[in-house]
Amino acid sequence: MSAPSPSNLITFADVSRFYGEVLGVNRVSLVVPPGVTSLVGPNGSGKSTLMNLMTGLIRPTQGEIRVCGARPDHPEELCRLVGYCAQFEAVPKGLTGFQFIYSYLLLHGFGADECARRAREAIERAGMGAAAGRPVAAYSKGMRQRIKLAQAMAHSPSVLVLDEPLNGLDPMARAESIALFREWGDQGRHVILSSHVLHDVDRISDRVILLSHGYVVAEGEIQGVRSEVKEQPMQILVRCDRPRELAARLFSHDHLMEAKIQGDGRNLLVRTTDADRLYLLLNQVVLETGLEIETVAPADDDVNSVYQYLIGAEGGTT
Amino acid sequence: MSRQTPLWQRQIAAVFRLEWRKTLLSRRGWWIYLLAAGPVAICLLHALVTSRRAHPRHSLGNDVQAFAMMFQLFYLRGAIFFGCMGIFASLFRGEMLEKTLHYYYLTPLRRESLVAGKYLAGLLAACSLFVPSVAASLLLIGGHDRAWGDYLWRGPGLAQLGWYVLVTVLACVGYGAVFLACGLLFRNPMIPAAAVYVWENVNPFLPSVLQKISVISYLKGLCPVEVPLPPPLNVIVVDIDPTPVWIAVPGLLAVAALLVTYTAIAARRGEIGYGE
Repeated sequence: MSAPSPSNLITFADVSRFYGEVLGVNRVSLVVPPGVTSLVGPNGSGKSTLMNLMTGLIRPTQGEIRVCGARPDHPEELCRLVGYCAQFEAVPKGLTGFQFIYSYLLLHGFGADECARRAREAIERAGMGAAAGRPVAAYSKGMRQRIKLAQAMAHSPSVLVLDEPLNGLDPMARAESIALFREWGDQGRHVILSSHVLHDVDRISDRVILLSHGYVVAEGEIQGVRSEVKEQPMQILVRCDRPRELAARLFSHDHLMEAKIQGDGRNLLVRTTDADRLYLLLNQVVLETGLEIETVAPADDDVNSVYQYLIGAEGGTT
Repeated sequence: MSRQTPLWQRQIAAVFRLEWRKTLLSRRGWWIYLLAAGPVAICLLHALVTSRRAHPRHSLGNDVQAFAMMFQLFYLRGAIFFGCMGIFASLFRGEMLEKTLHYYYLTPLRRESLVAGKYLAGLLAACSLFVPSVAASLLLIGGHDRAWGDYLWRGPGLAQLGWYVLVTVLACVGYGAVFLACGLLFRNPMIPAAAVYVWENVNPFLPSVLQKISVISYLKGLCPVEVPLPPPLNVIVVDIDPTPVWIAVPGLLAVAALLVTYTAIAARRGEIGYGE
């Protein structure tokens, strides 16, 4: 992956967007490097607004946005860089899957042969080869989602914006799509996506942006975001041969909040306000007692936990 | 298309290609086909019924006059007006209702080219429906009379047909530009369309200066056959001299160009919201 420079960053500088008196997003400042970035938040938190802003479908009320150096109010420049699979399900009537992608590729200025080649490639990539000649109107919800995805990717954009891209997909298609997003992210492109399925977000994302009520609550790599949530003790799972002895040693330290033996009796779940001190302490205990530790792993540095800590139950996500 | 063709022209052609088929072959536009086909069917019926009569009750001049009335009262004020409303107002509004306009807005296409491509597609669709309809109606209306052929091919008939076709095209150009703008600028284009309709129809009763601010007044002046108004309308209307052709034609084209330009500017500033 190439090093981030202003020409491959997405930047929001103090961006607000209001719909009349209704807040869309407020005073958002972000710098998004290439890779897979997930927007997470409950309904109405501003995820789609951010996506629509960065793709130029709407304009900020205030602030400035740059997408790899391009301004969203210059579609001639921006739309060569950006592909957007929006939440809107509709596709123009009377077109087959192939015609849908081919017709809009023509607007990019490619020649007819190039459009046909790119359309076929995108359709194959989305696993829609068998249905390419059928009218989109006859597609199922999942197929529509995939053809929209193919359309967004067909011109090989360096920024791919996907609003709930896994909605309506069966497990197989979901796994294929996730692999595709990861592949694009690993190629040094931007993949910005929103999803309600936090388990998927965890698997896909390099970074997360948590939104609530139009504000960015937290952003960054998920472990970094978790460590910033100081008011919630970290949960760390230690698997060792003598968990009771370990628990007794740990309880003499004030940063330890709770220790529970779980599962087959060899797992100790520890809640601590200072994970770094806990790791040092574990080293010390091992040296002093000869304790055999199999694994030490954070138990709550996933998106789901961070979401629950920062946003709470209002989101109703899975 | 050759590689030398500039990008904007290829893009307009691509928009045109997408829109043309959608606009002309729309199931929702069935009533526009009826508006275009209706007068042709009536003229055909008239020709067939009258040709079976031993002694037709009217002259060739009556047919010429009847067509002039049909053209001014039905075509200009009805079929073409409403047909253009149906075609052009839905070029943008229809896509907003179907939530598909964002596909265009997400391509590296100047919004001006989008407006131009859509307008040209609408224009071709409207002209494809109404020019043949007008021509067929004129050719058929006097078909029961053998002298009709002479009138058309050796008399003033063909020249009149040319004028009617020109007025039809200009009507599509003018009303098309008006309704294209309405479709983009208004959430419900029916309201401005109703206002335009009222304005165009009360036009003959307005002072001469106000009469000039309308499409119909220029089109009426270009029609080859004058339609006499029955009393008491002939007393109420304000008669004005027809605008000379060299002003009326470029004037209408210029106004249409201004409206399309304004629509393009509005499209450039436009956002996609779909009312959500």
